[in-house]
Amino acid sequence: MFEILSKEMLTPNICRMKVSAPRVASAARPGQFLIVRADEKGERIPLTISDYDAEEGTVTIVTQKIGASSSDIISFEPGESFADVVGPLGLASDFVKCSSEELAGRHYIFIAGGVGTAPVYPQVKWLHEHGAAVDVIVGARTRDLLIYTDEFRHVCDNLYICTDDGSEGFHGVGTAMLEKLVAEGEHYTRAVAIGPMIMMKFSTLTCRKLGIPITVSLNSLMVDGTGMCGACRVTVGGKVRFACVEGPEFDGYEVDFDEAMRRQGQYKQEEAEAMEHHVCRIGRGK
Amino acid sequence: MAERISRVPVREQDPKVRATNFEEVSYGYNREEAMLEASRCLHCKNPRCMSACPVGVRIPDFIEKLASGDVDGAAAVIALDSSLPAVCGRVCPQETQCEGSCILGVKSEPVAIGKLERFVADYASEPKVEKAPSNGMKVAVIGSGPAGLACASDLAKWGYGVTIFEALHKSGGVLQYGIPEFRLPKDTVLARELDRVAALGVRIETDVVVGKTVTIDQLMDKEGFKAVFVGSGAGLPKFMGIPGENLCGVFSANEFLTRNNLMKAFRPDYLTPIRAGRKVCVVGGGNVAMDAARTALRLGAEVHIVYRRTEAELPARREEVHHAEQEGIVFDMLTNPVEVLGDEKGWVRALRCIRMELGEPDESGRRSPVPVPGSEFEIPTETVIMSLGTSPNPLISSTTGGLETTRRGCLVADESGATTRPGVFAGGDAVTGAATVILAMGAGRTAARAIDKYLKNL
Repeated sequence: MFEILSKEMLTPNICRMKVSAPRVASAARPGQFLIVRADEKGERIPLTISDYDAEEGTVTIVTQKIGASSSDIISFEPGESFADVVGPLGLASDFVKCSSEELAGRHYIFIAGGVGTAPVYPQVKWLHEHGAAVDVIVGARTRDLLIYTDEFRHVCDNLYICTDDGSEGFHGVGTAMLEKLVAEGEHYTRAVAIGPMIMMKFSTLTCRKLGIPITVSLNSLMVDGTGMCGACRVTVGGKVRFACVEGPEFDGYEVDFDEAMRRQGQYKQEEAEAMEHHVCRIGRGK
Repeated sequence: MAERISRVPVREQDPKVRATNFEEVSYGYNREEAMLEASRCLHCKNPRCMSACPVGVRIPDFIEKLASGDVDGAAAVIALDSSLPAVCGRVCPQETQCEGSCILGVKSEPVAIGKLERFVADYASEPKVEKAPSNGMKVAVIGSGPAGLACASDLAKWGYGVTIFEALHKSGGVLQYGIPEFRLPKDTVLARELDRVAALGVRIETDVVVGKTVTIDQLMDKEGFKAVFVGSGAGLPKFMGIPGENLCGVFSANEFLTRNNLMKAFRPDYLTPIRAGRKVCVVGGGNVAMDAARTALRLGAEVHIVYRRTEAELPARREEVHHAEQEGIVFDMLTNPVEVLGDEKGWVRALRCIRMELGEPDESGRRSPVPVPGSEFEIPTETVIMSLGTSPNPLISSTTGGLETTRRGCLVADESGATTRPGVFAGGDAVTGAATVILAMGAGRTAARAIDKYLKNL
């Protein structure tokens, strides 16, 4: 069973859990995701891996309460177990294949938005440990919704905090922060954006303007996560790709974001109905 | 006198009623019906039914036992060759195999071999299985579908320590995620078959995606498995490559069926959503297309099957086509989609099709469909389900050194199931591409014998 070992609420709606999943932990690499099914009646929910520890046999997931299924996941307490945790799925980030020599000359800028901030962490950590220069822009609506800022301080060269309302750090969105940095003379060899689809779309537009190559991590709808259902199909460079097995990371310049956003919202109506009728299954027993 | 009895009809749920529920369509025979039907068998000296069975079930022998009322004896005969009789009795294409070869079929109707097999599997008491003492050798089986279950059962009986690694959270493979409840009830029929495999001491570890969670190399080098059987099926859905296929409301049959079968989306107490809408077009003519169509119907939609050839060429089992027609599915034959049309919000609004006609026979002897110029028309629809077949998943072949694949992504294996890598065997759809449950089961058993031979000579 996949026992929850620790749990903390990072914001009122975002929860971090460390879960026992030895097989997943020993195979996981930055950029990959896993699927959680909370209990027998639950959905299979893809979540990006926010950290992993092969020795301890644990993976860390960060979940935002959005609908009925994410509420269920968050309702679990340490000592309880999820029915299923399967992974790691998808391909690891491209840089995982690079040697330290190759990475030494690179300067990465990560643009992290909302709950997407958490999966940025293992990537930044890996790059930092393998000799690349890494800066991180963390954005949120307001200061209380910022997550992972302390964690990043230990593993990146420069951390830039942005809030839409100016309550902490730069007053504005992450892309505006990036434009400011480049205007001030920073030079980046690659950007990586992880966050809401709309934020990744605008990060891509900004990077195209600035001439920075960009990688995005698509959180498409999925059922199995192994290439079987095709729910996650996206158009990349004019070709149909499956985000679960050929992604989740793609070249941002090539992604058809408008289609990806439409496809992501396919079950909005059903999800809203489910949330309305949802009775959280707390106390469901072990 | 035996041939004067006509084929005993099987009782079924009324089409109008069953179109609104997911309970099994066919009730199957009761004891009297089964014994009466069994009495129709002529016990041919040269039983053509048996040679037409991919695994060579001794059909006249089990029918003889059944005719005399010895259901357990009949089960023991079937068990010599088949490990999933309750499944095969329900989903095998009998009309092209055993029943298609039955001599009675020449002048009247063939013996209902499938229904008899189903009766025996459902009503026999648990057979006593002889199991050899443990030989201490471990074998890994990848995939818990028909090929994997059959291979694992045999190896476990012979004393091997078998672990099945299943990628999904439930075992059964296509029997679990693909074939709907109304053809193969999960909690009764499938669960019982899976329990039998578990009772042999086979361990099933779910949630392990071999190629991702662990590789074949790790299983062999670090976890002590002396041989591996790959029965990972053909899981990747095909699409047509026509414009509009990524519109909202276009699904692969795999997705639609997995949501409904594995995730139980048809039950309000399960959280996974499914959307059929008011009208559905299912593209394709195989069993999976019939399953998707009849599932959509049960979810409340008006359903059309869109197929480019004629009804005579439909590759689905006759019984499924017949059941689909009875339930009110509309068959749009000689019709081929050319584009999925969307509304301003990116949702499907219609399927643009072209009329086809059958042209000259091709190399295979089948008359191939050719488009009728200028005959394009639109079928208004909310949902399009693509059911065009599947191909093997490259997750394993791409992460295992020394495993050759064909141009179509199928694993290369010889007649015994041996792949190009020593100690690794394969069978079922992973080798052949999408085929049938019985062929996969047969391949699993063949590979089990090859694995046994390989390990004894190590």
